[in-house]
Amino acid sequence: MITQAPRIVTSRVELPDSFTLERYLATGGYEGLRKALSMTPTDVAVEVNKASLLGRGGAGFPAGRKWSMLRQAPTKYLVVNGDESEPATFKDHMLIERDPHQIIEGTVIAAYATGAEQAFIYCRGEFALGLERLQRACNEAYGHGALGADILGTGYALDIVIHPGAGAYICGEETALLESLEGKRGFPRIKPPYFPAAIGLYGEPTVVNNVETMSNLPWIITHGGDAFAALGEGSSAGTRVFALSGRVERPGWFEIEMSKTTFRDLIYDPSLGAGIAGGNALKAFIPGGVSAPWFGPDELDLGLNQDVVGQAGSMLGSGSVVVMDSDTCPVRAAWRIAQFFHRESCGQCTPCREGSGWIEKIMRRLEQGLGREEDLELVLDACDNISPGLAWPPKQTTICVLGPSIPSAIVSAAKMFRDEFLVHVKEGGCPFPPDPVRRA
Amino acid sequence: MAHLSSEVRTKAEAMVACYPRRRSALLPLCHLAQAQDGWLTPEAMEDIAELVGCTPAEVRGTATFYDMLHTEPVGKYVVTVCTNIACMLAGAYQVLEHAEGSLEIAVGQTTPDGVFTLEEAECLAGCDLAPCVQVNHRFFGPLDPEGFDWLTGELRSGRLADTVPPHGVLSRVERTVGLPGRAHAAAGGGAGSGAARRGAGAAPR
Repeated sequence: MITQAPRIVTSRVELPDSFTLERYLATGGYEGLRKALSMTPTDVAVEVNKASLLGRGGAGFPAGRKWSMLRQAPTKYLVVNGDESEPATFKDHMLIERDPHQIIEGTVIAAYATGAEQAFIYCRGEFALGLERLQRACNEAYGHGALGADILGTGYALDIVIHPGAGAYICGEETALLESLEGKRGFPRIKPPYFPAAIGLYGEPTVVNNVETMSNLPWIITHGGDAFAALGEGSSAGTRVFALSGRVERPGWFEIEMSKTTFRDLIYDPSLGAGIAGGNALKAFIPGGVSAPWFGPDELDLGLNQDVVGQAGSMLGSGSVVVMDSDTCPVRAAWRIAQFFHRESCGQCTPCREGSGWIEKIMRRLEQGLGREEDLELVLDACDNISPGLAWPPKQTTICVLGPSIPSAIVSAAKMFRDEFLVHVKEGGCPFPPDPVRRA
Repeated sequence: MAHLSSEVRTKAEAMVACYPRRRSALLPLCHLAQAQDGWLTPEAMEDIAELVGCTPAEVRGTATFYDMLHTEPVGKYVVTVCTNIACMLAGAYQVLEHAEGSLEIAVGQTTPDGVFTLEEAECLAGCDLAPCVQVNHRFFGPLDPEGFDWLTGELRSGRLADTVPPHGVLSRVERTVGLPGRAHAAAGGGAGSGAARRGAGAAPR
């Protein structure tokens, strides 16, 4: 169902000057911060807890709870994760370019609530325009008194450093991001400690929150946590920005109410995805980034709810939905995802470093028609070595979740489309046409 | 001859001062060096090492982890074609194949005139523009093979000079603000000159 829920984080992004301070102030900007600073930090955190704001980065951990786990120490840090790299996810990119002040306002609110003495926004390096707009917004926020010493005349002080990444998927993993922010290779840190809230940046307690999570805070403080929790259902409250791509008529981002809206709505509603491109039939879709197991037409009526999707055997993840139609080769799609993980594996752990390469090679030869029937079992065996049992959620053999994310696409494709794998072997080639070029 | 110019060095020192520990400025400084030369010259890596307090080998060892940082020369325009799942489903491999043919180079190579370097990228988070291409990290898309030729033609003619600045994603970023006294010098993160061999930014683990 398409509901009349308000647009919380994308209310101004379609205005041509949405990224300027002038437009931000004319549309209620920095009012949430003003209200937050009139409250105690504890009360701000209580409001966010009431909202049931699940982290919008991919893991979906409750934002308020993350804050409450912070170890008490003289120096604490807040790091905003804007290193959006999960394939087919492009909502943070849009929010960074089009509403940077909203991110800054949310960041100051979060820093105030957690007592962080310094905040960093780690922005993906490839977002050149985003980096420019974030820094410009930061400069403007200082000028407006919304950042710096004595924020809005309250005596509260905070600085934000806009930090550029340099091209590495793994730096979206929060401990790898902290290593990167310390000026090192982006190697995920060994757990425990499981959360940077205990030992984070420079060894100090650190909160790492996603860009979209931050963007929700001004609205939550202005309208109250209860108003946010009234949207959606259960723990999946509020709205969420979904990124829709692949073989749909209208690829793009859509902010819609969680839980009440379904995958069918997202893909087929004329105001959203507007159906499969060229009127083809739906074959399968990825419900939450390429680390997520695939769904078929039977799952179309599931609500966009974290728990519902989890119980059905996948995840809402980063909120990116990729649609495959009847002309899509599932072997090619799964191979491309395997190649991605192979290229982006940081190389610390053997199962991921070696396994991803083996899987990519087997999938490549299957797609090219050079495979054997036994390859199907072989590739699943390689997957099993990375994540024993091929269960969901996946068992872990590695420092971070990149490795155990590799089997999702392969296992999904092999289970759902076994016959199409075998046709590749029998015919000695791919039976599907090349992917058609989308025209502007 | 490719040490950081005094102008870049001033910008770099200001960048270093933003962080509680100097080593944190390593990636931003690499971007600044690339704005100057297009790639990380050995001399620039020496300068960065001195500025952040580590060895040149540590700068190289860190830089080679990251796709955007080049330790070999590149063309005036680095053209990056995304072929990840969303772009692939929109025909990105046909665009990439066309790019190789029309530029007469393979992925990873630079045209003999030094104008274009061609790269294949993982997802660039521009899937609503699929198939999408970046030139010096500015987005273009959706781009079919004809669109690709239009783009390279515009770049060669200089008509996109305003849209696509030279290398370095920080070339148009100017930080004019900050809290005095909050930087690494005050936090005891190891200011002062000379390259600290151990790296002032090593976190306790």
